[in-house]
Amino acid sequence: MQIEGSCPRTQRELIELEFIEHRTKILDIAAFLDRFDRSVEHNANDDFRIKAFREALKALNSHEFGRVERIQMLLSDMSSELRVERDGQSAYGAAKESEQ
Amino acid sequence: MINYIDLHAHMVSRTTDDYHAMALTGCVAVTEPAFWAGYDRVSASAFADYFKHLTEFEPQRAAKYDIQHYTWLCLNPKEGEDRGLAREVLAIIPQFLDRPSVLGIGEIGLNRVTRNELATFIDHVELALEHNQLIHIHTPHLEDKYKGTKAIVETLASNSRIDPSRVMVDHVEEHTIRMVLEHGFWAGLTLYPMTKVSPGRAIDMLEIYGTERLCVASACDWGPSQPLAIPNCMFEMRRRGHSNQWIHEVVYNNPCRFLSQSPKFKFAPLEQPALVH
Repeated sequence: MQIEGSCPRTQRELIELEFIEHRTKILDIAAFLDRFDRSVEHNANDDFRIKAFREALKALNSHEFGRVERIQMLLSDMSSELRVERDGQSAYGAAKESEQ
Repeated sequence: MINYIDLHAHMVSRTTDDYHAMALTGCVAVTEPAFWAGYDRVSASAFADYFKHLTEFEPQRAAKYDIQHYTWLCLNPKEGEDRGLAREVLAIIPQFLDRPSVLGIGEIGLNRVTRNELATFIDHVELALEHNQLIHIHTPHLEDKYKGTKAIVETLASNSRIDPSRVMVDHVEEHTIRMVLEHGFWAGLTLYPMTKVSPGRAIDMLEIYGTERLCVASACDWGPSQPLAIPNCMFEMRRRGHSNQWIHEVVYNNPCRFLSQSPKFKFAPLEQPALVH
């Protein structure tokens, strides 16, 4: 099956070229979660970022095309109101529950 | 190697060695949007000094490596919250617009998507329209990306005086690229580690959406970033199986097509890729 906007490499070629790189990335994610469990103090299991991260991992496991876009949306502030004033210079990487 | 243009590079934050490395890898021109210094400036005179740096010193430094340096002027979105300062800076920008390397107003946009930031963004858009300038737009980071890009696109789409083909909406990602392209704007893919897109993801989006009205840039600055991000991406494109002609369209011809809408920009699209000079 070929969909519009195909990658010019075959699946076999992609595995040969990129499997090891992405194997490394998935192990890094697993290690981060294990490290989080081993943490000296369990004080952020309900942090909005880690909750969004776990939702993103569920979406990663989907068999349907469009995983990146769906994960981007899970990590986005979906509210439409402008902030009344600036609360700092930097974004956090996931939306606080009050902003979803 | 194929010649390329880096449409977004904050060279004031980079060393001269970076110009050397960029020249060796085929960079023939950079365009530098006005940026945040890492702290909020407190007076318009600080911006006047910065605009002088961008339009006088930086083109000279780049020229020593046979790289043409162009710039965009504005008060960056990270400082757009201060409406008083924004008005003062907007008042001094016109005296710099006639300088030979100034291509337009940018990078304007939103940061934390506040009311004041949007008001400052709209003021900059009005300034660009008043002076018939190209517009270069910064879209917010991470969780603010979708909301901020939507607010920017809706604001511009509601203004009938805006010609979308004269606007570059930069830092698009998988969840914002469609809305930008569907409204007729140019879209920029930023090859910036961690907070923007990797070469692999940028190439995915080019394959899915096609190369029309899409550019890639490094956005290298004082943070962790790569002045050689474009040649690195070109290597990945080749490894992915794309032709030199396809790569040339993305890294050279597309920036030329957008930027040559300013009469000051001296490069034009080439039918065939030129090898490194």
